[in-house]
Amino acid sequence: MTAPLDAPESAQHAEPEAIARGRRDTESRSLTQIAWRRLRQDRVALGGGAFVALLILVAVFAPLLTAWFGHPPNQFHQDLIDPATQGVLKDPDDPWSGIDPTGGMSAEHLLGLEPVNGRDLFSRIVYGARISLLVAFLSTLLCVVIGTVLGIVAGYLGGWVDTVISRAMDIFLAFPLLLFAIALAGVIPDDAFGLSDNALRIAVLVFIIGFFSWPYIGRIVRGQTLSLREREFVEAARSMGAGTGYILFREILPNLVAPILVYATLLIPTNILFEAALSFLGVGVNPPTPTWGGMLSESLAYYTVAPHFVIIPGLAIFVTVLAFNLFGDGLRDAFDPRSSD
Amino acid sequence: MGFAAFGAAAALMLTACGGDGGEGGGGGGNGASFDQGSTEIVNPSDATGGTLRYAISSNMESTDPGNTYYGYVWNFSRYYARTLLTYAAAPGQAGTELVPDLAAEMPEVNDDGTEWTVKLQEGLKYEDGSEIVAEDVKYAIARSNFGDQALPNGPKYFQQLLDEDDYDGPYGGDDPLEGFDAIETPDDHTLVFHLKEPFADFLYVLAQPQTAPVPADADKGEQYQSRVVSSGPYKFEDDYTPGNGLVLVRNEEWDPDTDPIRTALPDRITVEEGVDQNEIDQRLVNGELDVDLAGTGLGPAMKGQLVGDEDARNNLDNPTTGAHFYVNINTKVEPLDNLACRQAVQYAVGREGIQRAYGGDLGGQIATQVLPPDIPGADPELDLYEAASGKPNADKAKEKLEECGHPDGFDVNIGVRSDRPAEVDAVEAIQQSLAEVGINAQVKGYPSDTYTNTQAGSPDFVAENKLGLTYYGWMADWPSGYGYMSSILDGDAIKEAGNSNISELDDPEINKLFDEVISVEDPEEQARIYAEIDRLVMENAAILPGVFQKSVIYRPDNLTNVFFNPSWHMYDYMTLGTTETE
Repeated sequence: MTAPLDAPESAQHAEPEAIARGRRDTESRSLTQIAWRRLRQDRVALGGGAFVALLILVAVFAPLLTAWFGHPPNQFHQDLIDPATQGVLKDPDDPWSGIDPTGGMSAEHLLGLEPVNGRDLFSRIVYGARISLLVAFLSTLLCVVIGTVLGIVAGYLGGWVDTVISRAMDIFLAFPLLLFAIALAGVIPDDAFGLSDNALRIAVLVFIIGFFSWPYIGRIVRGQTLSLREREFVEAARSMGAGTGYILFREILPNLVAPILVYATLLIPTNILFEAALSFLGVGVNPPTPTWGGMLSESLAYYTVAPHFVIIPGLAIFVTVLAFNLFGDGLRDAFDPRSSD
Repeated sequence: MGFAAFGAAAALMLTACGGDGGEGGGGGGNGASFDQGSTEIVNPSDATGGTLRYAISSNMESTDPGNTYYGYVWNFSRYYARTLLTYAAAPGQAGTELVPDLAAEMPEVNDDGTEWTVKLQEGLKYEDGSEIVAEDVKYAIARSNFGDQALPNGPKYFQQLLDEDDYDGPYGGDDPLEGFDAIETPDDHTLVFHLKEPFADFLYVLAQPQTAPVPADADKGEQYQSRVVSSGPYKFEDDYTPGNGLVLVRNEEWDPDTDPIRTALPDRITVEEGVDQNEIDQRLVNGELDVDLAGTGLGPAMKGQLVGDEDARNNLDNPTTGAHFYVNINTKVEPLDNLACRQAVQYAVGREGIQRAYGGDLGGQIATQVLPPDIPGADPELDLYEAASGKPNADKAKEKLEECGHPDGFDVNIGVRSDRPAEVDAVEAIQQSLAEVGINAQVKGYPSDTYTNTQAGSPDFVAENKLGLTYYGWMADWPSGYGYMSSILDGDAIKEAGNSNISELDDPEINKLFDEVISVEDPEEQARIYAEIDRLVMENAAILPGVFQKSVIYRPDNLTNVFFNPSWHMYDYMTLGTTETE
């Protein structure tokens, strides 16, 4: 192989003195630092990440935002609604003025109004973000905890433990989750475990989604553990007398953080969609608390009268899911570029 | 100048006549106008032929007339199931009159009101040519009312009224009717009903689909709905499986001369099941469907599109359905066990919000008392809580709150069927009104198929979950005060499951009036007593009246003999035909 034509002169001769003097241009970087550097160069992923950060801020500061830019999310504005068609009036002072095609978007109501009751859509979308993100994050957390513990145990111990846990994974994956969720929602008592009303219903949602999706993380963790347990540092620890627990949680687990983080980030949008689907089916928080899926479900009966009401919550779900997916893909590429496609 | 005026006048007249240009395939092409079907028979015709196409958004509750409680099945099943009596095929008040169907004439009652005798017409035949006899009617009543295996869906009026204590139903021993003595069949064409006590409304009970005859050897219990043996002008073409729809073809054995109400114009009748409501509405307007079987009218999307369109309105009828949507105020859950607290709720809720949930004036009339307007005894002037304006009375509400010892309001749960959008909207409006006076209402949503039986319909569930308020809808089983009010307001009607007296109202004075009224024969006296019951219930503040619902039904141009019959709460299906006879 020929040398590059424009190689600098210094590259052609080895300089043992330089090496002996310990030139320190190159520093060893940790995996995280390498990943972060790669991520910084991925514009699309950064865009997704920025949107996610923005959404979290919106959810956290919902009361402030609605106080400044909107109206209380459950407040009716029926004087702006046409009683016969239940759509938003073009001219609130004239009951015969017909339906406003933009759904009442104005400086007062940034995203327009809901049909029938005239609630401010901007406020409801903002508060809906809270539920979507809360349920998605908590259920993903639950899923990660269960999946990691069981995945590590299965991957490291092998044998019958692995068999049992793997079959459990198969069973959970095959479970008709949606049907179970619908059935469970019908029998939730008024208060249990010290929680009541919407807090309880959110807890149940988190449980249903998180508890049943642990195999997604479990499989990944188990696979990674299987390959990690053959590595030298594990053998070394074992030969020094380290117990199983120590090896699992002090040696192997830190090396799993990267893949867990990536797959958790990719699991969040799935859980957002799941929560939306459950709210759409009426399993979820009670009215009038807004959720994106619930609003989408209500909008279908009014699609001719208030098309903006169909589009806006759907758009919110779509953009959020897209942003998480882009960011998660970027993370995955950053940690391990070979793992893509 | 005179010439110009004449010209202008002539031009106006011409445009008025030519307005129904039939653009877009709708717009009153046959000359009908808005809401004409509520008072008249639209597009009368005796042209036969064609296929009448029905569709419904779910599966039919049942095709078996002995196992149903939905009005649309009671109406539709008459195509293949004739009953002892039925309602006259006429719009308006005339449609609430009873006429004989299988019976040769109206039944007679003995002097003390406990024995009713019905004579069947002779020579009536099923689809297989065998004769319809009195025992078949007795069997039909047995299978739908008596014993542990009685068909579950329908009401149990016969079981409550007949003087029969030992009979365990027809599915036990060898002889299905053994021991069922409360109905005598002295010959093949006579039935004698023995009641425990006089019941003036018994004729209405004889109009129910449970009196449609069922030959005992054709019965398959709950599976009978796969092939009901027809006594009417149409029969099943194939076996019926829920979800696959139903096709009816002509029954040659039916004799039109014996039948006062059925025109039997179409050659075929089809029912499609599980079609999305929006799609049903769209196909009605496009001419691809003739009738929405459920009979409750257009969904909000299509309604919103059509009500503003001058031409399209000519194809809309806007009848009062006879359904009353209201809130049960439970008299046992604290603090609503205190009358003043219940009255506070009555004053606090603005009815306009509830009406808006149904679509304003087109969707319903504001209700201030219990009885719907077409029931004798209804007094729309009765308004004890100044609710007619639709606006809330926050000041009076606050006074009542002071009186009942909760000047800053209280917490309460309000139950609703979460898959009924209009009901959820109404409850949210109620929640808003109550919040204005400090009453903090938490909405609890439940699925509609178990709500009436297991949640709102169970006093234990209501007590455990503190459902002080429950949103409910009720339609009369027959057009009289008893038919409307007894299940929801009589203390004796409170049941452990499937309870309809959800307020658990048990007022001795009201109970006594219910017991009295059924032995009164004079209709005016009956009406007076029902009005009295209504007033007492409102004084007790056990019901918060919401709206008397109106539906917006689409009337396609090709339908003939279309009219709204208040007894069925929808179009009378027995007279319909189609002009599309290809």
